[in-house]
Order: sequence, then structure tokens, then C-alpha cells
Amino acid sequence: MSAWKEFSKGLLKENPTFVQLLGMCPTLAVTTSVSNGLGMGLSATAVLIGSNIVISLIRKWIPNKIRIASYIVVIAGFVSVIEMLLKAYAPAVSRSLGLFIPLIVVNCIILARAEAFASRNTVCASALDGLGMGLGFTFALTVISAVRELLGAGTILGVPVFGASFMPATMLILPPGAFIVLGLMIGLIQWMMQKRKERMHHDN
Amino acid sequence: MITELLLLCITTILADNFVLCKFLGCCPFLGVSKQVQTAVGMSLAVTFVMTVASAITWLVQYFVLVPFAMEYMQTVSFILVIAVLVQFVEMVLQKMSPGLYNALGIYLPLITTNCAVLGVAILNITEGFDFIQAVVYGFSAGLSFLVAIVLFAGVRERLAAADIPKALQGFPIALLAAGILAMAFLGFQGLSF
Repeated sequence: MSAWKEFSKGLLKENPTFVQLLGMCPTLAVTTSVSNGLGMGLSATAVLIGSNIVISLIRKWIPNKIRIASYIVVIAGFVSVIEMLLKAYAPAVSRSLGLFIPLIVVNCIILARAEAFASRNTVCASALDGLGMGLGFTFALTVISAVRELLGAGTILGVPVFGASFMPATMLILPPGAFIVLGLMIGLIQWMMQKRKERMHHDN
Repeated sequence: MITELLLLCITTILADNFVLCKFLGCCPFLGVSKQVQTAVGMSLAVTFVMTVASAITWLVQYFVLVPFAMEYMQTVSFILVIAVLVQFVEMVLQKMSPGLYNALGIYLPLITTNCAVLGVAILNITEGFDFIQAVVYGFSAGLSFLVAIVLFAGVRERLAAADIPKALQGFPIALLAAGILAMAFLGFQGLSF
């Protein structure tokens, strides 16, 4: 039961993007198409699981003063591995994500989970936490990029959805669209949470 | 030579702004922009770190990594250089300007995880800049961060007093304002030098 809780909290209740508002740079930058969003989300998930496991394994030996530096070295190691794997097996993804693959090192979600969770919990719990948070991040990126690709280019995963007469709102796949779509989406989530709170209040 | 460097500088600040066009450094951009004063202090620290980091990482790349054929260690070594540098800036600030140190508080160590700093170091290499270009690029990237965050902090100071729908208060309205600011900067991309 508690294992399920460690895993599932990252998906919705403590979603790193929508609720904790972490990792904004990749969220805004790579969500121009669903394939980019998915590629980024899954790469970050792999790094997150790996770094959570290793940091949880060595948590008792890391001196408190240099813990952040040690976490960053562990994370950078995993990022380099993912970078090389993507270059070898998924060159197209590696090309379109470009700079943002090495920048997974400084993704605040990964460092936040290392500091807040992996440094205090067992290996198993940390792995599940990493998987849940990673998939929550992937989910958020996929939703945002689906909206932007659908309205900004009229396609999903590169496949045209609307007829030829559809005029895409190109602004949405340009930089301003990233800020506006994410802003409206977080606004929508806050609105739903408020409604729910009001209803619970009303029922009592 | 000088004109080229000047063009590089202006393009980086306006047409290809690090925050609003490249999305590098969004976390501090959204996190430390509630007041103009802290925004200025933060971005000056970032500018300094970016300039020095550009110089050191360029030297590390071409005098250590390339001769020993260890380019695959780029990410790890660059982030280490930046982490050490930030620690150094923190110690200097603590001694020289305790007021600024207190104001920036927890945000100083966060410069390490500011993706604009690592981003500029990696871009210097992928763009194939020489040493001078790399330093100028690092400096102007810092300035572009400063311009964006100070403008945005001014907007947010006004937003704090505005009447905003309850659901959009806080983070969402800040993102929407950033979107409009990005739209304004998109206009600069039409400039041709």
C-alpha cells in the first residue's frame, strides 16, 4: 500500500510541474511537439530513477556540507549516460532536444527529489518515488505539448488532425505560446482545486 | 572584429534573449522577480558567474578535454566548474556586501542549477566560438538575463496591486505576463543586422 503511495503521489497530487511548479525551463522549451515532450519526459525519468537509487544508496556516507555538489556529480553522470545512449539509438530525438539533454543536470525536479526524498529514504522507496515523479513530469509535458502542437501546428505526433482549411495559430509553438499555455493550464488547475474545496466546504 | 562582437552582444540581448526566446534560466526568472531590487542583485551575480564560467569552461574544453579526448566528460566537468565558481562568489559576497548577501539569501546557491549558466557554457562550444567571442557571449547572455528579469520584475510589482481573477492569482498571471513580454521580444527577431 505504501509502495503504491510513493509511486502515485508524483502523478497528480504532487505533480512536479503542475503542483510543485518545478523544472520550468524544459517544460517551456521542449513542449513544441508531442514527440519532443515525450522524449524529454522519459529521459528525465530515467535520470531521476538512477540518481534517486544511487543517492539513496550512498546517503549515509555523504558529508552534509558537500551533499549538493555530490548529488550534482551523480546526476551529471547519469545525464552523460543518457546523452550518449540517445545519440547512439535515437539520433532524431537527440538532435531536436539538443541543448536541453545536457541541461537535465540542472533540472530542479531531480535535485529537489534527491534533497527532499532520496537522501532520507530507502532505495526501494526512492526508486518508486523517482518513477512516479518522472512519469508525472512526462504526463505534464505530454499534455502541454499536445495542446501546443494541436493548436499551433494542427498535428499530433506529426500527423495532421484537421482538414486542409485549418489555419494553425503559429504563435502557440513560438516562445510566447509556451508561457501563455502553461499559465492558463495552471490557472485551470487552481480553479478546479478551488471549486472542489468550496464544494467540500458546502457539503459539511 | 569589434562590430561583430557588438552585433553578437545586441542579438543575444534583444533578438535571441536567453530567457524569453531560449527559455534558459526560467526558474530564477519566475522565482526571484517579485521585486526590482532583488532582481537586479540576482542578475548581476548571474552575469558575473556567466562571464567567468564562459572563460573557464572554454579553457577546460580546449586545453583539458580535447587534448585528452575526453569530450564525453563535458557535462560533468562544466557543472563542477560552475559549482565551485558559485561557491566562490558566495564567499566573496558574504565578506564584501552582507546586505546583498542577505537579500539574495537562498537564491545564490541556486545559480549553480540555473540552466542559463550551464547553457551558455555548452553553447559556446557547440557554436564554435573562440575565446574572446565566448567571453563576450557569456557577458551578453548575463545582460540579456538582467534585461528580461528587471523588466519582468517591474511588471510584477504592478501586478501585485492589480485586481486579478482568483484562479489566476500568483504563478499563472506571472506566466501570462511573461508570455506578453516574450511576444514583445519576438518583435526584435524581425530586425536584421
